[in-house]
Amino acid sequence: MNDSIIHIENLQRNFNVGSEVVRALKGVSFNVNEGEFLTIMGASGSGKTTLLNILGCLDKPTDGSYLLDNTPVSSLTKNELARLRNTKIGFVFQSFNLLARTTALENTELPLLYNSTISAKERKKRAIAALEAVGLADRMDHTPNQLSGGQQQRVAIARALVNHPVMILADEATGNLDTKTSYEIMNLFQNLNKQGTTIVFVTHEQDIASLSKRTITLRDGIIISDKKIEDQKSAAWFLENLPVNDENI
Amino acid sequence: MNISNLLKIALMAMARNKTRTFLTMLGIIIGVASVIVMLAIGQGSKKSIQSQLSSMGTNMIFVRPYSDMRDGVRMDASSMQILKMKDVNAIKNECPHVSAVSPQVSSGGQVVFGSKNWPTSMQGVSDEYLSIRKFSVKDGRIFNEKEITTSAKVCLIGQTIVENLFPNGDSPIGKIIRFNKIPFRVIGVLDEKGENSFGQDQDDIIIAPYTTVQKRIMAITWFQSIFVSAIDENSSSLAQDEMVQALRKSHNLKDSDEDDFELRSQSELINTFSSVTDMLTILLAAIASISLLVGGIGIMNIMFVSVTERTREIGLRMAIGGREIDIMSQFLIESVMISVAGGLLGVMFGFLVSFVVSTLVGWPILITSISIILSFLVCVLTGVFFGWYPARKASYLDPIEALRYE
Repeated sequence: MNDSIIHIENLQRNFNVGSEVVRALKGVSFNVNEGEFLTIMGASGSGKTTLLNILGCLDKPTDGSYLLDNTPVSSLTKNELARLRNTKIGFVFQSFNLLARTTALENTELPLLYNSTISAKERKKRAIAALEAVGLADRMDHTPNQLSGGQQQRVAIARALVNHPVMILADEATGNLDTKTSYEIMNLFQNLNKQGTTIVFVTHEQDIASLSKRTITLRDGIIISDKKIEDQKSAAWFLENLPVNDENI
Repeated sequence: MNISNLLKIALMAMARNKTRTFLTMLGIIIGVASVIVMLAIGQGSKKSIQSQLSSMGTNMIFVRPYSDMRDGVRMDASSMQILKMKDVNAIKNECPHVSAVSPQVSSGGQVVFGSKNWPTSMQGVSDEYLSIRKFSVKDGRIFNEKEITTSAKVCLIGQTIVENLFPNGDSPIGKIIRFNKIPFRVIGVLDEKGENSFGQDQDDIIIAPYTTVQKRIMAITWFQSIFVSAIDENSSSLAQDEMVQALRKSHNLKDSDEDDFELRSQSELINTFSSVTDMLTILLAAIASISLLVGGIGIMNIMFVSVTERTREIGLRMAIGGREIDIMSQFLIESVMISVAGGLLGVMFGFLVSFVVSTLVGWPILITSISIILSFLVCVLTGVFFGWYPARKASYLDPIEALRYE
């Protein structure tokens, strides 16, 4: 065994569309170690969504092996997959997916409600801690329609953090946000990463990828490049150097 | 996933859609309330008919001559002169399930006191008649054994007679009234009994010893009928069998002969009325059940809309660790809670409406615990039954597609 969070070997995923077989992933192999900040890039149709679904244990590969935190995912039942998602993965979505008319605190508590080993008291304590970590300690009782897009995404990140996952899986997490807010969210991700959280970030924006430590680029179901980013840029720096008139747009 | 978390999740989901939850509940509330009200009306009228009938004496059995063929001529039953004192004694001695026996002869006529008069009928009976017909003496006393044997001219009168002959409130006890010109001393006044279920005034009655009516008024030796009381309601049919045997023996009938008498019991009458009101109750409840069913379909409808509307929420719940069973339980609990809450409110609403109906319209109302338990159970089952399909649909969603659902 090794200490990698994700260990993928020759991962393949085929879809049967009518009589044809569409090979979305044609043999993908890589490792993600603890504390990494990985972005997965690719044009649409490159297989990155399929890869993300498999990484998130929402889908199973047709062939190949996937070890998440040393657990072989392919052999698990539906319920075991649900448990794995609950305890090891934190999801952040492009469209936030917060429950409407539900406070930030209750939204954050949600994953813990599906974990019966955690008491109501512990649940609240952890949700508050997660909201504090994303800088929303003063917005706990606000419902999503009382929060800005950036704040909503922060609640979603808090929700992803609350179950102490081994990695955060973000799917175009800045896709619905303006440039400034995107940098704010990326800044938050960078800070979380500095504190040791493993982050896998799916995006198609080069700017966002340059803020991570490593980028995997997919095309037509195979990895065409996997490179470390030597000069990781700081989102905080971008924030400070945004053009002034940007805010007035 | 434990139950308290599930309940919390379902409660939160319901609280997010208060108006819709309430409107869904409304169907169930009206359904349960109407079942309760309809059953209350049905059972209320059954109870009131039963109590009216039993005020005539539930254990009462009534013997009268059966019209017979004499030389090829069918005789009128009332002219048959076959019921005699020996029949009364036979019933008394040979029927262990009979508690009271009274012969009865009745004669119509005008009763006169001073300047007042009133048309009525005089019943010639024994002292046991009062207990058979559930009469009670309000003032004075019933005639005694000696007054029967001596054919004493004494009588007890009902409230209607009292009102018509003694309108200024004098006590009738000890007064002499005339019935068909024969003077009778009033020795007692009967308690008020009201009308029976056929609208007959049961207080328009004069009771005298049967010997007096037989000898002094009608000059006959037979009885028109015999009133009998069984020990209790359940032994009524047993008592009837014994009476048939005793009367056949007393009339010296051969095995091949038809009965020359017939028995009528109050319990038969009650059964007939009960089956009519039971049918009425079932009909009313069936109509009310339709509204409960419609309420249930309302739940299913709303739960379907809710599942579709919350597809992304379901996808999210699955992504963050909700299992199929968790999602299914959540929606099932939501629909059951809607129906249980609706059921509770419906029971209260049903009580309220029943109360309003009974006070405003004056219909007899009876709410039995069985009708409450029944409608409530049906209501919970409705929630499970109609909530199950949408809940299953929700749990079968593919999380990947659900998350991308627009």
